[in-house]
Amino acid sequence: MAGSMRPAGDFRTTYQADRTIFPTRGSAIACAVALLALCVLPMQFGGKSLVSSYWLALVIQIAYYGIAALGLNILVGFTGQISLGHSAFFGFGAFMSAYLSGRHGVPVALSIPLAGLATALLGVVVGLPAGRLKGLYLAIATLASQFVLQDFFSRAAWFTGGASGANAPPFSLFGLTLSGDRSYYYVVLFYLVAMYVFAANLMRTRDGRAMVALRDHYLSAEIMGINLTYYRILAFGISSFYAGIGGALMAHYTSFVSAEAFDLLLSINFLAMVIIGGLGSVMGSLMGTVFILFLPEFMQGVVRIVQGLGIGQSAGFNEGLAYLKEMAIGLAIVLFLIFEPEGLAARWRKIKAYWKLYPFSY
Amino acid sequence: MNTQLLVQLVVNGLIVGALYGVVAMCFVLIYKASQVVNFAQGEFVLIGAWVCWWLVAEFKLPFWAGFPVCLVFMALLGVAVQVIVLRPLIGEPVISIVMVTIWLSIFFQALLRWVFGVFTQPFPPVFDTSTVKVLGLNVETAYLMSLGISVVIMVGFAYFFKFSKMGLAMRATAFDQQVAQSMGVSVKRVFALSWAISAVVSALAGVVVGLVSGVSASVATVGVKVFPAVIVGGLESIVGAVLGGLIIGLLEGLAQFLDAEYLGFGNLITVAPFYAMLIILLIKPYGLFGTKNIERV
Repeated sequence: MAGSMRPAGDFRTTYQADRTIFPTRGSAIACAVALLALCVLPMQFGGKSLVSSYWLALVIQIAYYGIAALGLNILVGFTGQISLGHSAFFGFGAFMSAYLSGRHGVPVALSIPLAGLATALLGVVVGLPAGRLKGLYLAIATLASQFVLQDFFSRAAWFTGGASGANAPPFSLFGLTLSGDRSYYYVVLFYLVAMYVFAANLMRTRDGRAMVALRDHYLSAEIMGINLTYYRILAFGISSFYAGIGGALMAHYTSFVSAEAFDLLLSINFLAMVIIGGLGSVMGSLMGTVFILFLPEFMQGVVRIVQGLGIGQSAGFNEGLAYLKEMAIGLAIVLFLIFEPEGLAARWRKIKAYWKLYPFSY
Repeated sequence: MNTQLLVQLVVNGLIVGALYGVVAMCFVLIYKASQVVNFAQGEFVLIGAWVCWWLVAEFKLPFWAGFPVCLVFMALLGVAVQVIVLRPLIGEPVISIVMVTIWLSIFFQALLRWVFGVFTQPFPPVFDTSTVKVLGLNVETAYLMSLGISVVIMVGFAYFFKFSKMGLAMRATAFDQQVAQSMGVSVKRVFALSWAISAVVSALAGVVVGLVSGVSASVATVGVKVFPAVIVGGLESIVGAVLGGLIIGLLEGLAQFLDAEYLGFGNLITVAPFYAMLIILLIKPYGLFGTKNIERV
């Protein structure tokens, strides 16, 4: 079983083997190499950097959105509760961290986890009533809390700065300021790895499995002695914790937070990340985030090619290009949901299975 | 206290609420028949308004001719959306369907801004007078028309569901899809028909709003107000949707009055329905007329 290749089929004989994170040595090595590559990514060698600052900024965005998306996946994918208000929690984390460090002088290294905890608390408070609802009713209730919280952000000037927004000081640790992209990257990377490892392990614990049981069949889960209300609210809390951390990381990266950023569209984008990545898949959350953040870039490229072809000049095409991009993104996601409803993680599994079983199809 | 303002706002609220009720009714119709939550309902309203505007203002068709053409177009659009987008998703989890309709709405919004621009376009005047005095209050003629048409539609709906064969088929499908299918009801046709009716009636609401305040992307905000209306009335009740719309409209009128006279928030009108919705969900999640099989877990 501990060989370098996994044989076709499931030959696990112990629970230990079934619950392992790295089924083969190869996967552990691949993971270590990927981590090393991520650490090296922003470094500069002989005055030349490996990636341009543009791409680095995109990677940092992927990291903090990815953390929040994972939080939503814990709620939606693992526990089966739909939330349309995730960006409000994300925003609350951002404002909380900016408030703590900007107004009260709490060190940023401390304010980020504190913001996460505060958001978790808010999530529990919002989750308490939502814990009674399910399915569509829950989706609509979270939609309402999205609007209510957004309204709160624009009104509570003492907390969020109201219309003028809030400033977030740069991250510093032991007197060392990590403000540039290249140094802040490591802060974000640390949180990303920690949060993903935590989530991967959460799903191997009793609590995590209870959540999955609750998603799969809540009645059976209750009969087996799982406290539904407790776990539903716990899922809300954990998911909000992730959103809060992600938001706080964003606040100290952009150094300025304003309420307009945390609208319904961002919530929808988080959901799109989770669904496209794959519901109930930890790595899928990251894949979905990459997909959603690269899609506009990709569409921009397509639009530029269309522009270059010269068909644009006729029929008022050029003014429409920005809309064309939006439409293309909407269409791409609709098509994705119709033709690949299980997400990228499932596709990745299928590709792996294909190579493993190669000459045969199963 | 400014009584004149209060009465005016309450009446306005009720009239706008009737419009919410009509759109909420379309939402419930789709939900009941095909279990699809249509987040693009507001975009149907907007598309109807734009197409009618285009036919009347740009294509120079008289209103009595352009309006039916618009409705026919909307019926075809509704069927097309159902067949192309929603049919492949039958049996997928709720969340996929929610996402598809949300992104469909984003797609439509971008498309409409591209085709029709971002500016508010006034309708050419259809009625001789824009406002009439009813019991000493100024009421928009178009709103009166909408009220009249809404009542006609509701009566028509009631007749259709009660007495026509297709209405019976639709009720059967809503009640139990599988049994209806085994009894020879074409569920596909029922789904398509429900989308067509829903799109047509939504367009009607859109044209009314367009007549009063011009056509712009803000017409689609009616689609967001549908959720409070539907939750108040109960997700599966058409009568409830209409009543819920009226209640939400009334609430908006009162919120506006409270805001203008005492609070001065400036935007209480936009969030008040959502506060109301949260409270309703807490104490009576199935609404006033909904089927009471929500499991509290």
